[in-house]
Amino acid sequence: MTEAGKDVATYLARRARWSPFEIAFWVLAFATIWLFPGKYLILTETAILGLFALSLDLILGYAGIISLGHAAFFGLAGYTAGLLAKYELINEPVLALLVSGLAAAALGFVTSFLVLRGSDLTRLMVTLGVALMLGELANRFSNFTGGADGLQGVSIAPIFGVFRFDMFGHNGYVYCLVILFICFLIARRMVYSPFGLSLRSLKGNPLRASAIGIPVNRRLIAIYTVSGGFAGIAGALLTQTTAFCSLDVFSFERSADLLLVLIIGGTGYLYGGLIGAVIYKFLQDWIASLTPQYWQFWIGFALVVIVLIGRERVEGWSAAARASIYRLGKGLGARSAPDGAAPKGH
Amino acid sequence: MLTILFDGIAYGMLLFVLAAGLSITLGLMNFINLAHGAFAMAGGYCTVILVNRLGVPFALGLPLAFVVTAAIGAVFERALYVHVYARSHLDQVLFTIGLVFMSVAAVDYVMGSSQQFVTIPQALQGQFNVFGIGMSKYRLLIILICGLLTVGLQLAISKTRFGSRLRAAVDDRRVARGLGINVGAVFAMTFAFGSGLAGLGGALGAEILGLDPTFPLKYMIYFLIVVAVGGTSSIIGPFLASILLGIADVAGKYYAPKLGAFVIYTIMIVVLIWRPQGLFARSASR
Repeated sequence: MTEAGKDVATYLARRARWSPFEIAFWVLAFATIWLFPGKYLILTETAILGLFALSLDLILGYAGIISLGHAAFFGLAGYTAGLLAKYELINEPVLALLVSGLAAAALGFVTSFLVLRGSDLTRLMVTLGVALMLGELANRFSNFTGGADGLQGVSIAPIFGVFRFDMFGHNGYVYCLVILFICFLIARRMVYSPFGLSLRSLKGNPLRASAIGIPVNRRLIAIYTVSGGFAGIAGALLTQTTAFCSLDVFSFERSADLLLVLIIGGTGYLYGGLIGAVIYKFLQDWIASLTPQYWQFWIGFALVVIVLIGRERVEGWSAAARASIYRLGKGLGARSAPDGAAPKGH
Repeated sequence: MLTILFDGIAYGMLLFVLAAGLSITLGLMNFINLAHGAFAMAGGYCTVILVNRLGVPFALGLPLAFVVTAAIGAVFERALYVHVYARSHLDQVLFTIGLVFMSVAAVDYVMGSSQQFVTIPQALQGQFNVFGIGMSKYRLLIILICGLLTVGLQLAISKTRFGSRLRAAVDDRRVARGLGINVGAVFAMTFAFGSGLAGLGGALGAEILGLDPTFPLKYMIYFLIVVAVGGTSSIIGPFLASILLGIADVAGKYYAPKLGAFVIYTIMIVVLIWRPQGLFARSASR
């Protein structure tokens, strides 16, 4: 290995070390199973939304692709999971989840070629158009999908034949959390690999990235496919835990809300989507209890204010908060990862 | 058959008036304004309030809708949009989606979520029958007004001094600024005028498109199609795109009611893949 190659390897290895903050995050996440036994429904939704936002972050935060139609993958896999269970093609939920995720990844692969071309506006239109198209298709083939009434009569078999989806949502939540954690580990491995570094570089400047020998288009296709697959797994989880799937999985609002989730949490680091999902769900629950009908107004208000204040500044605050938590963890004498010496990735 | 063509043209003309402002602002400032439909909705509701509640005659309600919406547009442009021009496209998208959500909820709060109808004067109801083609009087009026507006716009952009400033600013903002053109002012004027046009379109179209609080979301994709397919560098491109879209949509709804929207989205994606800068755009566009 060359000298530079070794540098990159040690740099990546140092960055990829688990910080105390991360360990605390996941301990806390799994502790919610016992901490909030009455809140499984909203916790499940949060975990699914977190995974969905994580998938968007992979293309938006790491590769710089703006998408207004990420719900396409979510919905496609949601319907796939629902249909697989309804017609008893694949009874095992985990296997069905994988198949649905793969279906969404396949869609991601096919549509990635459309997304490669054109400016931001073209990308917006194409991603939005794909999601709307799929929504129309689901509406058109209502004899399969139930059309506007939604896909009914789905019954999900127990996970591994052992864990039933109980009516309190306990097993469903644990299932979602475990899947979220596994997907997170895969994503984490990916963004801290040379592959992840190359994504960051081509987000910064595609022209220069290609000049130093990074195959820009192939990288974009790869990450778009993976992101589609993760979004699909999130969609399939929603269908499996609710045993229902309706046309609104494809809706524009779903994609737009997702952007807000990611913006609240911050783009370009993996916890952004997860933290954003927690804050978003909490806010939604709180505002909806104040003004049930008009909570959308405050969602819009939040978006406008965040942009006017400046996204960088908001993300700067959250980064500062993270840093202080990190220092706190270090001060407690936990195993620490020196970070300051490394060259910044962006 | 010809009735469908006629209805399609009326619908397309309407779409053009609605989307013209968007295409200019997008071309001029490279600003993605997803909230354009909100201005159209403002115009529609303005007419509903004026004509139905205050008893203003319909013929006066339309220009008032234009003026009110243009004023709203100008205020928003100076107060909010100005801060977002220089930002990334992602910020612009987030900002304008936020505005859309706010407008939807606010209108729902003030006016209720039910569909609104503008009372159209007796003289405009009913149909003409020309060579066996049923032509509704109201649609004929729409074609007339929108046709005049289109010609007027084209003349204003190609013949007047303001129009040449506008074209210069679209072609190259920096050089235009260097020549002493106040690009910010040109843009503010254009934005207000485009919003006004959208408001007028919303007022005219309340009858055909339907007017309820979700209007900006429902028609956002249509406006974007017009702009993306037509390109942003001229008036003719969006105009042709609107007419095509209008005819395709009406025909699609008539012949294949369940597949109509699907066909339109497919065509849009194919066009965008084939010509990312728009069907009628000049080849070298920024």
